[in-house]
Amino acid sequence: MEIKQKKEKKEEIVRIYIMGREYKVPAGLTIMKAMEYAGYRFIRGCGCRGGFCGGCATVYRVKGDYKLRMALACQKTVEDGMYTSQIPFTPAEKPIYNLEELSPSVNVFLEYYPEIAKCVSCNTCTKACPQDLEVMDYVQAAIRGDIQEVAELSFDCIMCGLCAMRCPTEIVPYNVALLARRLYGKYVMPKAKHVEERIKEIESGKFDEEIRRLKETSMNNLKEMYEKREIEPE
Amino acid sequence: MIRLPYYPGCAVQTTARNYAISGIAVAEKLGVELVELPKWNCCGVFPSLATDDLMRHLAPIRNLIHVQEMNDSGVVQNENRVVTFCSMCFHTLKEASLFVKDEEKLGKINTFFEREKEFVGGVKQGYKGGIKALDFLEVLRDIIGYEKIAKEVKKPLKGLKVAPYYGCLVIRPREIGIDDPENPTILENILEALGAEIINNPNRTQCCGSYHTIDRKDIVAKLTYDNLIYPIRNGAEVVVTCCPLCTFNLDFRQKEARELHRDLKEIPVMYYTQLMAIAFELDKQFYGVDLELHHVDPRPLLKAKNLY
Ligand code: FES
Repeated sequence: MEIKQKKEKKEEIVRIYIMGREYKVPAGLTIMKAMEYAGYRFIRGCGCRGGFCGGCATVYRVKGDYKLRMALACQKTVEDGMYTSQIPFTPAEKPIYNLEELSPSVNVFLEYYPEIAKCVSCNTCTKACPQDLEVMDYVQAAIRGDIQEVAELSFDCIMCGLCAMRCPTEIVPYNVALLARRLYGKYVMPKAKHVEERIKEIESGKFDEEIRRLKETSMNNLKEMYEKREIEPE
Repeated sequence: MIRLPYYPGCAVQTTARNYAISGIAVAEKLGVELVELPKWNCCGVFPSLATDDLMRHLAPIRNLIHVQEMNDSGVVQNENRVVTFCSMCFHTLKEASLFVKDEEKLGKINTFFEREKEFVGGVKQGYKGGIKALDFLEVLRDIIGYEKIAKEVKKPLKGLKVAPYYGCLVIRPREIGIDDPENPTILENILEALGAEIINNPNRTQCCGSYHTIDRKDIVAKLTYDNLIYPIRNGAEVVVTCCPLCTFNLDFRQKEARELHRDLKEIPVMYYTQLMAIAFELDKQFYGVDLELHHVDPRPLLKAKNLY
């Protein structure tokens, strides 16, 4: 009976600990909203609020469970007995390179991020990833210089930094992956012909007249044009 | 066709591509299909010699788990062997497989894998034991046999003077080695089957200098000189290897070795699988000599011998 009562209570209000201090907040809020409810105001560590910018990396643990867990504050809803702490910034290694001067060689990752060779394949980075990426697998692909594999496996990375914070060998997976996607985009992926053609058209002034007319159109007319615009079929 | 799980490793996918390209083609010719592990990571490189350093064994054991998964998904049937070309990978995988024969250690390592069930990208099982790492040389000797190799030879390597070089990792220590640690014969037997003339190489089981090649080129250059000068004096035209790291040191460090010793003549270094592809008269792309991966180009020699 007692347990049931507690359960009912839990559905309304949960007890969380923000940086060690206890707060009672409504259940169902995200960690971010719960913190705001508790009176915090985010001036860093919060961007899109939609799970895309990676600015709200969070570490938490739930009372009675020894496991340290990772999440995005804007995505994860609070749980009763949650101890949470923000990691808005990861002081990680990020070498400077000029993409124009790089080549998509098999050694490019080892050259800029030699520490990837220390990967012991413990998979702790993968476990930490709030995006469910196979982080260790792309680090491994980087070791063998497989740019495409790294780019594809890391495509959904939002650079929250949690993998780097957890790696026992101090690798910075997300920066390695960023280099891969840059190289992939610049040197490996086939160029889109139609984009190149369109750029030529723009440069040759094909649309200048149209743009000029649009600029001179009044706001009301613009709105009307927008409403009536042709929508391309899916 | 025998289907065997195949673990490539990083070297043969990159700087030693010529080894895998020739090896896979040769295997196929001999009726062995090497089926790449659907997922694999770096072998772990140098096995840790500390008995309590369990973390260092995760990488090789994880690869062995992937062999188990291949059996589960039916890619191979009841196959507890996994083949490598790279001596380092072979050595590390085999060492780890022996290391976890100790149940207590295996238990601890599996506790680590156990927690991976709960997240995407984790393995869904622990290591059950019993996977055997095979060097491709063992496949040739024990599964295929020298006779069958000799039968496949279309263009015997007549008059080609070859000096075998083993290095350490496939023959030492004895528990891991695939042949006599002091007097191995596998390479000689294979090369003989190809019709080549074997040149005695007293340094064939010496260390190549290994990873000192990165931070102590001077040490490696000295060893490279020692390891090449005797076979050259004995008349060798090409040194034949079975390990990407040995190959790199013997081939690429000739530059530094020649700076130390003017008398060192350049000599090409090739994998035994490349010579097999040539003797079998496979398509030229499988010789692996056109990929800019050799420091000393073997093509002039091969041309002179009418082999290319
Ligand atoms: S605020 Fe952008 S991912 Fe959370």
